[in-house]
Amino acid sequence: MSLIEAQGLVKRFGDFTAVDGIDVRVEAGEAFGFLGPNGAGKSSTMRMVGCVSPPTDGQLRIFGMDPVRDGPAIRSRLGVCPQQDSLDLELTCLENLTVYARYFGIPRKVARERARELLDFVQLGDRADSPVEPLSGGMKRRLVIARALINEPEIVLLDEPTTGLDPQARHLVWERLFRLKQRGVTLVLTTHYMDEAEQLCDRLVVMDAGKIVAEDAPRALIERYSTREVVELRFGLDGLDTYADKLAGVGERLEVLPDRILLYAADGDDAVAQVHGRGLTPSSVLVRRSTLEDVFLHLTGRTLVD
Amino acid sequence: MVTTALALPRAARRIDEGLRRSLAVTGRNATLARHLGYWWLLASGFFEPLLYLLSIGFGVGALVGELPLPDGRTVPYAEFVAPAMLASSAMNGAIAESTMNLFAKMKHMRLYDAVLATPVTPVEVAVGELIWATVRGGMYCAAFLVIMVAMGLTTVWGALLAFPATLLVCFAFGGAGMLLATFMKGWQDFDYLMAAQFALFLFSGTFAPVDSFPTVARWLMELTPLYHGVELVRAATTGTFQWVLLWHLAYLVALLVVTLRFAGRRMGGLLLK
Amino acid sequence: MGGTVAVLGHHLTIYRRVWRGSVFTSFLVPVLFLLGMGISVGGYVDERQGPLGVPYLDFIAPGLLMSTALQVAVSEAMWPVFDGFAWSRRYEVMRTAPVRTRDILLGHVAFVQLRALIAVAGFLLVMTLFGAVHSALAPLALPVGVLVGCATSIPIFGYSAHVKSENMFAVVMRFGVIPMTLFAGVFFEVGAMPPAARALAYVSPLWHGVELARGATLGVDTAWSWPLHVGYLLLWIAVGWPLALRQFTRRLDT
Ligand SMILES: Nc1ncnc2c1ncn2[C@@H]1O[C@H](COP(=O)(O)OP(=O)(O)OP(=O)(O)O)[C@@H](O)[C@H]1O
Ligand SMILES: [Mg+2]
Repeated sequence: MSLIEAQGLVKRFGDFTAVDGIDVRVEAGEAFGFLGPNGAGKSSTMRMVGCVSPPTDGQLRIFGMDPVRDGPAIRSRLGVCPQQDSLDLELTCLENLTVYARYFGIPRKVARERARELLDFVQLGDRADSPVEPLSGGMKRRLVIARALINEPEIVLLDEPTTGLDPQARHLVWERLFRLKQRGVTLVLTTHYMDEAEQLCDRLVVMDAGKIVAEDAPRALIERYSTREVVELRFGLDGLDTYADKLAGVGERLEVLPDRILLYAADGDDAVAQVHGRGLTPSSVLVRRSTLEDVFLHLTGRTLVD
Repeated sequence: MVTTALALPRAARRIDEGLRRSLAVTGRNATLARHLGYWWLLASGFFEPLLYLLSIGFGVGALVGELPLPDGRTVPYAEFVAPAMLASSAMNGAIAESTMNLFAKMKHMRLYDAVLATPVTPVEVAVGELIWATVRGGMYCAAFLVIMVAMGLTTVWGALLAFPATLLVCFAFGGAGMLLATFMKGWQDFDYLMAAQFALFLFSGTFAPVDSFPTVARWLMELTPLYHGVELVRAATTGTFQWVLLWHLAYLVALLVVTLRFAGRRMGGLLLK
Repeated sequence: MGGTVAVLGHHLTIYRRVWRGSVFTSFLVPVLFLLGMGISVGGYVDERQGPLGVPYLDFIAPGLLMSTALQVAVSEAMWPVFDGFAWSRRYEVMRTAPVRTRDILLGHVAFVQLRALIAVAGFLLVMTLFGAVHSALAPLALPVGVLVGCATSIPIFGYSAHVKSENMFAVVMRFGVIPMTLFAGVFFEVGAMPPAARALAYVSPLWHGVELARGATLGVDTAWSWPLHVGYLLLWIAVGWPLALRQFTRRLDT
């Protein structure tokens, strides 16, 4: 049985459709990602899975249960890290966890022990008794993640766990999430970051305007929707379209962005040679491996915005 | 008074530029009020002292009867209480607008960080906020005075004299409130401020003449700032002119000048870290 | 039930960090009020032997007691509730745990009544020290205070969940709390007002609370028979609760 099963899941706010009939299956122990631009409907989906937002239409089963009828039972087995940090600024780090633990009926003593362990786990052990207000953004985020783990959840929902963090803080969070996964916890996360999706997710879906436009393992997506290498050419900002015409036929496919042209090709160096062969002299040339970003661009026609 | 004399000429030299920039701060507040569509709410603020006047002045007034003025005349309770309501509501408005607002902006919105990145100085910010507080307070006061005239609680001349007195009260308490805001640590401190404000409201010769209290209590009351505001406004609306008014006037002006200077300096210290 | 208790516990944990100022003021304010209005203005009132039949201090004390319950309960049902939705998002966090929306509302309502009860108890103590209590029934003023707190704050919970800006709370103060405090029989008998104003006082929950509290602390008869006053306050709760729950559900379960 899949832990999360959605079929034709729809969420409407008034007559605006935020999630437009998506099918998703998440198996036990995997790390599953939602990737998409702002407003794609990722958070709306996460909130439905978190049983705090009733689906407008379609089927949704979590642990085989109905989120509307069995909300409390499901939520007691979920950990949720919302997109926006929502901590009690007046309370200490430890209190933030213990107060939350009471909602799961965790006895006080167990809650305190577990809270201390979790604070250590997210490397905030020495901040246990200091108030939350002065913590940095990254520390607050880690605290929210620790709070999401207080009930030893089977599924952890993470809505943009690392947005706004510096690279070091992100790596720390990734590493902790990776450990959770190793312990067999199922992770469901949303992100704007390709590297995050590639690093953490076994499988992911790309969402755009409430719909799923692709679904697979990160590598498989890259292979399916992109070529092995990509060449980035810059010619200044004007007349990119005329250059594009002159480049027709080089590589498998070409994409014109506001500031550069992308050439998709199995062999990047060969493509560069062909460009020079046509008498074109770009101001800069970059050959790189294909990434999820390219998949994304191909599928949605735009670059990702943070 | 000495401080005023020294500060004024220096201020005059810079007043042009400074005032223009202060008014920019005022303008931001006004724009915001208009934007949020709560003008009607601001406007409704003037009902508050009116309700107090009806309840205390006439409701309780029927139980109290007449009270004596400093010059020995007795007047109906409503006539005695109305100017005090006016002065206290000027104080409350000024403090709410300056202390709360300033504190919220300094602590939470980090608004002034952006403002101070422009050529505006902390003192100009303080003055700008104060002008805004006074514009609001002044409108309420003017409306209240019109009602007092309509109800026969004062004369037109009394009201015209009382108006600048209420503005002075607004300004003086606005300055004091701003200075207080720079000392506030958290929202909890506002509980203490409210209690202090409330004590002033009750014990500044507002509801009963100060000489109805024991001598020591009376001296204490005569030291507090609202007492001077109440006496000044009451003298204007009841037409009781005595030399002691000059002392009330001087007290309030000094309060304004001193608190404003300190507030500006402390804001500078807090913001330009 | 467990959920409600956990929510109450959450609010109490926060309160433990900030209680000092509120306890200080809930003792100081009644002392100031009783001194300033009761004794000083009361001196002039009592001199004239007016229609009240009791010293002015004794007359206004139970009224102020109930208006304290009103003020505490209503203000606790405004900014902190708005905070729970908009600033700290505390409610949303509670919602991700296995508590129901009604637990979140009920737990917070219970906390607010506890705050009101503390304030009323403090005031009653001060009143007793001032010699303004004349009946063995006086402790009944405590549940009456909670009743007034519930009747006035529960609908406000709904209002606070509904409004988009905290500026709208001035409306409640200006058109609800302050007029009630001034005209619902706290400072003078409502009979002294013109009939239209009197009718409004009868509609306001505060007047019913003041009548009950005066009955309790002075041992005098209430204006109507007491079950009517209690029933009227319960009516506010009965109407307010579904409204509040609906707003909370709208905000938390969409
Ligand atoms: N409570 C709500 N009421 C009305 N519209 C909403 C509500 N919540 C979300 N929406 C709308 O639904 C759409 C999807 O929002 P959602 O928050 O799911 O996007 P997202 O993919 O999480 O975006 P982001 O990357 O910016 O977080 C948006 O257009 C948003 O405006
Ligand atoms: Mg989102």
